[in-house]
Amino acid sequence: MSDFIQSTDYLKQAPAVAERFRRLKERPVALQIDRLGREFAGKGTPVTALKNISLKIHRRELVCVIGPSGCGKSTLIRIIAGLDNPTSGRMLVDGKVTSGPCPERGMVFQGYTLFPWLTVKRNIMFGLEMGGMSPTDAEGKALEWLKLVGLTRFEDSYPSQLSGGMKQRVAIARALAPNPRVLLMDEPFGALDAQTRAQMQEHLLEIWRNVDVTIFFITHDLDEAIYLADRIIVLKANPGEVQEVIEVPVPRPRRTDQFNSLEFLATRHRLEELIHPRADIPMEKLPIVRLTPVGDDVE
Amino acid sequence: MLSNRWLAIGKEPVAGIRLTLTLFSFLLPIAVWALVSYVPWIWHPLVRVSTPGDVAWFKPGLLVERAVFAAENAKAIAAGVHAAEGAPANPVFLPAPHEVAKAFYSAFQTKPVLRGDLWLHESLWLSIKTILWGFTLSSLIGLPVGVICGAYPPIARLTEPVIDFVRYMPAPAFGALAVAVLGIFEAPKVAIIVIGTFFQQVLVIANTVRRHDPALIEAAQTLGANRRQLLLRVIVPSCLVDLYNDQRILLGWAWTYLIVAEVVGVSSGITFFINQQAKYRNFENVYAAIIMIGIIGLMTDQGLAFLGRRLFPWQLRPPSRLGRILRWLVPEKVVEA
Repeated sequence: MSDFIQSTDYLKQAPAVAERFRRLKERPVALQIDRLGREFAGKGTPVTALKNISLKIHRRELVCVIGPSGCGKSTLIRIIAGLDNPTSGRMLVDGKVTSGPCPERGMVFQGYTLFPWLTVKRNIMFGLEMGGMSPTDAEGKALEWLKLVGLTRFEDSYPSQLSGGMKQRVAIARALAPNPRVLLMDEPFGALDAQTRAQMQEHLLEIWRNVDVTIFFITHDLDEAIYLADRIIVLKANPGEVQEVIEVPVPRPRRTDQFNSLEFLATRHRLEELIHPRADIPMEKLPIVRLTPVGDDVE
Repeated sequence: MLSNRWLAIGKEPVAGIRLTLTLFSFLLPIAVWALVSYVPWIWHPLVRVSTPGDVAWFKPGLLVERAVFAAENAKAIAAGVHAAEGAPANPVFLPAPHEVAKAFYSAFQTKPVLRGDLWLHESLWLSIKTILWGFTLSSLIGLPVGVICGAYPPIARLTEPVIDFVRYMPAPAFGALAVAVLGIFEAPKVAIIVIGTFFQQVLVIANTVRRHDPALIEAAQTLGANRRQLLLRVIVPSCLVDLYNDQRILLGWAWTYLIVAEVVGVSSGITFFINQQAKYRNFENVYAAIIMIGIIGLMTDQGLAFLGRRLFPWQLRPPSRLGRILRWLVPEKVVEA
């Protein structure tokens, strides 16, 4: 089995998948990042967090970014959101150069960041009202979004009364309500338990099918990236650079039973090779220190 | 087992026990007071003469020290004349609980000594008005200034050093100045309360606003909030509960300035009543008036706490008052170096 997986042949796309990628690349570019760099002034020499990052993300594409910790994933998404400024390079949304925070680039944070003093409905109305929509229209639109994320029953609840998964659904609805061109998601499901996370991934794909939005998704979970993404951007650390861009060969619509498909496993294998290069010391050589005596039945 | 339940660190007792403990918090000091007042062999350093006997200078009702009483009686017995009789008593400045309890009613009936002086309820109302004016005026300026200082660090750097300097000047020190500028009646008293509250208020409010969650600001920015909206629709509401509780603590602070404020210029309000009653040695009225201030303060605070739970339905549990006071006493570094 392992011989099968070690081959990267399965990264080859089936004709239907290749056709999908061909059409995807014909779509207009929604988000373009052009030779973006970010240096942090440290003690002595400045630290380069991101170096020469160039990406083109097409309309309605779902792109995941993975990389080891410290590779500048978060810095990258914060720069795209306009919460941080690059030291070089530029960013274009729908072909126009932009900077600074703007509702055309909505963001979902790992820590939910819902406004605790507002009800679920009013949280979703917030961005609409900031955009100058009348409260009545905003309320109508918020209710539609609540229906889409399946939280109609909780419109008048406060965030503190919701579970983590529900909070994140509200956060997604809040970010999507003002009709952003790009939805930025910074490890949005990282704080959720495994079961809720799986539900949320499925839910996100469901929402994405219904909404014209390009999604830029940061994660450290390989399975999550493969399950969700059209393309996976692998960053490497010190300095943060694009290491490889993988076109995920798993056909859409994605289903959870694809987790064991050969395409999925091959992609996963490739990602693991990129992110955790094989360790030089085999596991057996690691010293085992037993701090308490155990019986023979313990391996 | 029982001691485990009582002494577990950080464990709140159940509701019934909580209520009992609250009651005991008041009942225990009253019990000590009752013991000292009613049990003759506890303290009671004096003797109240009931029958003077043949001691020439004793009169019924006179309070003498126990040693003096014993010495006089010893002399009388040695001389073969009638000894005096009396019962152990406490000094006049410690009235018994029932006397003070009675004074709660009778103090309102005590006629003002001089024509033109105020009855107790009028004095109390005058004091409450002074507090309300002082606190409202201080808050009208202190709240917005504090919020702006907390939200905009450059403005904090411009204003807070001098405010920090002024707040160490005791408010009563401004008394003579306030009288010279504002006259002798109500205005200087309100001014003292404003001076006493305002400078603390700006720093406390600014410190609370400074602790806002920056993640919420970022979320609002990505939703298109401009600078004014960030201040009014994110920073202020996110701090609202804390600001409300700060105001509760500051109101208590204002009450502590009342007594000094009221002796500035013409003595007035509850302080005038207390001074007047002390002068005539009606100490039960003095205690009653002091306890009344405590009751008004506690009731206002509890009323505001209750109102707060209605006003801010999103908070699951109101913060503990002790925690708030501790945080207030040990503030975080105001401006980071």
